[in-house]
Amino acid sequence: MSAVHGLDLRLEGVTKVYPGVVALNDVSLQIQAGEVVGLLGENGAGKSTLMKILGGLITPTSGKIILDGQQYDAFDVKQSQQAGIAFVHQELNVFDNMDVSANIFLGREVVRGPLRLTDRKAMNKMAEPLIERVGAPFKPETPVSTLSLAERQLLEIAKALAMNARLVIMDEPTSSLTLSETNMLLKVIADLKAQGIAVVYISHRLSEVEECVDRAVVLRDGRNVGELERDAVTHDAMIRMMIGRELKALYTPPSVPATKPILSVKNFAIKSKPDRTAGFDVMAGEILGVAGLIGAGRTELAEAIFGASDKLGGEILIDGRKVEINSPADAIAAGLYLVPEDRKRAGLILEFPILENVTMANLQAFTSCGLVSRKRQIAVAEAQRTTLAIKTHDVRRVANEMSGGNQQKVVLAKWLSMDPKVIIFDEPTRGIDVGAKAEIYGLMRSLADRGVGVMMISSDMEEVIGVSDRIVVMKDGLITGELPRFRFSESNVLNLAVGKVLEEA
Amino acid sequence: MQKKDIGLGILIIVVGAIVYMRNPLFLSPINLGNTANLIGLFGLFAIGQGFVIMTGGIDLSVGSVIALLGVLFVDMVGKFGVPWPLAMAIIIGLGVLIGLAHGILITRFRLQPFVVTLCGLLIYRGIARGYTAESTAGFPFGSSYPQLEWLTIGRSFGVPHSFLAMLIVAAVMWVVLHHTVFGRHLCAVGKNEEAARFSGINTRFVTVMAYVICAVLASIAAIYFAMFTKSVQPSSHGNFYELYAIAAAVLGGCSLRGGEGSVIGIVLGAVLLQELQNLVNLLGIPSSLNFAVMGAVILLGVLADQQFASYRTRKNTERALGLLQKP
Repeated sequence: MSAVHGLDLRLEGVTKVYPGVVALNDVSLQIQAGEVVGLLGENGAGKSTLMKILGGLITPTSGKIILDGQQYDAFDVKQSQQAGIAFVHQELNVFDNMDVSANIFLGREVVRGPLRLTDRKAMNKMAEPLIERVGAPFKPETPVSTLSLAERQLLEIAKALAMNARLVIMDEPTSSLTLSETNMLLKVIADLKAQGIAVVYISHRLSEVEECVDRAVVLRDGRNVGELERDAVTHDAMIRMMIGRELKALYTPPSVPATKPILSVKNFAIKSKPDRTAGFDVMAGEILGVAGLIGAGRTELAEAIFGASDKLGGEILIDGRKVEINSPADAIAAGLYLVPEDRKRAGLILEFPILENVTMANLQAFTSCGLVSRKRQIAVAEAQRTTLAIKTHDVRRVANEMSGGNQQKVVLAKWLSMDPKVIIFDEPTRGIDVGAKAEIYGLMRSLADRGVGVMMISSDMEEVIGVSDRIVVMKDGLITGELPRFRFSESNVLNLAVGKVLEEA
Repeated sequence: MQKKDIGLGILIIVVGAIVYMRNPLFLSPINLGNTANLIGLFGLFAIGQGFVIMTGGIDLSVGSVIALLGVLFVDMVGKFGVPWPLAMAIIIGLGVLIGLAHGILITRFRLQPFVVTLCGLLIYRGIARGYTAESTAGFPFGSSYPQLEWLTIGRSFGVPHSFLAMLIVAAVMWVVLHHTVFGRHLCAVGKNEEAARFSGINTRFVTVMAYVICAVLASIAAIYFAMFTKSVQPSSHGNFYELYAIAAAVLGGCSLRGGEGSVIGIVLGAVLLQELQNLVNLLGIPSSLNFAVMGAVILLGVLADQQFASYRTRKNTERALGLLQKP
């Protein structure tokens, strides 16, 4: 184990200004060796900007960085690396066309001989203790393409250790991990701390933050709003600081009981689980939660129902009538819409104006004599902006400039400007801040109350239990159980998700 | 008009003014007419290339298509006596088929556009050379086709009809790109195909259509070129034309990553390229340096555009900072 030189890092009065936006305003932060600091805040609060300043990717407009007593106006990437600051990114930075040790030593390859050929053997040998330190199950020569997401994260941490990191910054490290993988990561964090390495932990999952941090720093609108010491780090306290108000109870019951199925899926098989079939109903006016572990096939099922990925068999009934769906266009024509899991990839075109995104799915309706009327596009986009409270002063702005929550509302606006019968939400609030989450839940409820069938796929337990009227649980392409509201509990959902049979209540 | 188009227009005027000061022949009616003719010919297929580039693809086969279809058109009309309107329809029909083939190979079989159209480049050129056994295709001595000639190489009020044809095509394609559903879908597919698909857009159809448009405009250009040169030498006719088209589109603001571009920009790009050719001729620069001059100007243009963009961003930042510091 290499000895880690103690770290003393302070940011003082850091401000960063972008055209039209103040991302950070006089923010200060202190990090000491062997300390786990939680960095909290809604999306757009300035967490990522602050961390990029530490990484040398962004130059602050004003303020100073004090490292081990020495003062800097800004870091460049090299200084940041020399200071021992390493990142474990939200979007992983590993190369899956290489093996583990090649990734760890990327850019610092060990070479030998006059031709300076890479010395794989030496690198593999040096990689071994690092892999051991993060408790990872893979070997130096394992190809990265065979690693799971969680393992890739461990690889990134090993890489950080190889660079003698004194501070590891983790940005939403658990957003795609399963429960057991998350627990493993939290253990690794505790180990790092014991080795004297500081960790900055950025996460929206407050229970994890509660569990692993020594101190939590909260940002709001680019400013420090407060700091919580270990004992004061509680769920409620964090939320109160982040949004500046108490969060209401999540669940609002439907205004009328749902009775009639609006979407029926029968004997539906997806490509990755060809021998399993799923079947379920979504009632008009209800929010059906679909729970399950990552890899249970929920997203694939949703995309296959929507016609965006291939199905192997099964039928779909909308309003009791059988419909043939072979492409998203078919689904949309039938009134079945999908708000996809990855909104930046599949939900909207970030570089396009809001109004184009809102009208993209039924542009034909905005034409006269074959020409698109921009005036009508703007009118509809404006109407949606008002009803959904999308925070922008101009629908001609590009979607890129908005926060995640507002982008999600634009995806919704696209479907709401049409005539929905069923809307499938796939992880509707992933990466969205607490305030916007509540708004999205409110919108789902009002849709249901208008008689729309709402199906919500979610890996966030709090969300599934707090929002749904009924839950179905999926495992390996099968529906393993259904829970009515009175049987909702974390343990019931989890048990079904791992395939246990519940006793009748 | 976008900012980029205006910048390009200014560049064209500045270059023109410099050339005129060095050699007043630049603005002589003969020179302007000849240059306009070339702008028309090259602009025609550059617009098609721009559509393909906007989907994030590329069509390298344009020059070979112009050679092959040129050979076939000259032979049909000159050798086999096919009435020219019918010959024209057949050539354009072949253009549709070529475009469909490219589009289907790219969308259904998921081949890369670069590879598909590179193979096209080789195949069409090879067929043209094999079909003619390397001999030049030409019209019989003394033959004349007054209406066809009027349509292709005729002039009205001194304006070459090839230039007018290009303007008409540009106007139509401008409406298509900027004001129809198809045009919006084209940009959407080029920017983010996945999101376009999830919005119910038939992304395969849109992509295929872009290649069809490109090949059809290349086939029309093939007829104009064949009539302009009057004879088609299958191994050299249309060589490198795809690169002229790509250069015009890129100069005109099309991003090779897809999703961005304007018809006006592409036309202005074609204008600038021909102006540079003209510059080489009029200023007595050895014509062997032709490509070098073009390459250098394109590079400078793209570089300047980049610099202006980052300058604007910096200005905006400063303004925002000023607002912040005010109480």
